[in-house]
Amino acid sequence: MPRTRRRYFGNNKTMSDVVHFLQTPWPWWVGGPLIGLTVPLMLWLGNKSFGISSNLRHLCAVLLPERVKPGFFKYDWRAEKWNLMFAAGLVLGGLLAGVIFANPTPVHLSAAGLNTMDELGVTVQPSLVPPEVRNLSKPGVWLILALSGLLIGFGTRYGGGCTSGHAITGLSTLQLPSLYATVAFFATGILSANFLLPLLLGLVK
Amino acid sequence: MSAATVPATRTRAATGLLAYLLAGIYFGVVLVKSEAASWYRLQEMFHFESFHMFGLMGSAVVTGLITTQLLRRFGQTRNGESIRITPKDPGWRRYVLGGACFGVGWGLTGICPGPIFVLLGAGVWPALVVLAFALLGTYLYGVLQTRLPH
Repeated sequence: MPRTRRRYFGNNKTMSDVVHFLQTPWPWWVGGPLIGLTVPLMLWLGNKSFGISSNLRHLCAVLLPERVKPGFFKYDWRAEKWNLMFAAGLVLGGLLAGVIFANPTPVHLSAAGLNTMDELGVTVQPSLVPPEVRNLSKPGVWLILALSGLLIGFGTRYGGGCTSGHAITGLSTLQLPSLYATVAFFATGILSANFLLPLLLGLVK
Repeated sequence: MSAATVPATRTRAATGLLAYLLAGIYFGVVLVKSEAASWYRLQEMFHFESFHMFGLMGSAVVTGLITTQLLRRFGQTRNGESIRITPKDPGWRRYVLGGACFGVGWGLTGICPGPIFVLLGAGVWPALVVLAFALLGTYLYGVLQTRLPH
């Protein structure tokens, strides 16, 4: 990979080294602490409780016409603009790290992980999501994406948070409800990925 | 409020919001670079085939715990207010039932709300389908809220 990049950026070796460094993924012990620091960062910025799924509610409150709004969406979403800004930042961050400085090599999965990908029928390629589950010409892919989205939206609002609000913020601030939620979504996540996903991917093939 | 203070307040509100945009960019970059937004990594985690994601989440919680305690004890917000952490409502039903619903969706795509936005920025357009249905799911909760056990 560095060879093709070097050509792209001319013969400047230092430049290509910098680009290579920016493209390289981080080990867990770099990424994990940086994720954890988001909790005190949001508190420092303005006593905000870090949680991303609330934005789904705010987006509904923004988009729904006032007449047909259930009570759950009748509140001053403008007071929550900070969180919508955070979500906009996520999009820009995805562009920066996922396109401009995208890792040109596939994820270094374990041998067992590679075997699982093979069994699931997906190819390991240098992207965040395998092409097989991005292929919108397959009705099965629509089924997986739609069902997943529906449950993510419904479940996070019912459960009052997602991985960021419960597993990261809630556990970091020692909240028992967040432990219940985290145990619940890990348990069903494991079941869903091991039993339901292979079934649905079988339909895609 | 006098006329002179209005622009000052507005400027502060704007820079205040900009800080959250920067925080979002930071978190988005971290999610991609740490591969927490990778479909492959999440499936590997759900199959217990690598330590990566467990190490990532574990070290995130430990770091969050220690640094939040330190900030609470010795720090304040950037505006000089004391740190307040809003406790979640007590109970367990909604957390277990709602969490369980979310988990099934999470296991299917390895996507949680953060990565939905990150993947859109990374040009993974099918994430738009997930977002649209996530909004529909959120709306359904809003409709059914009073009839669900909490």
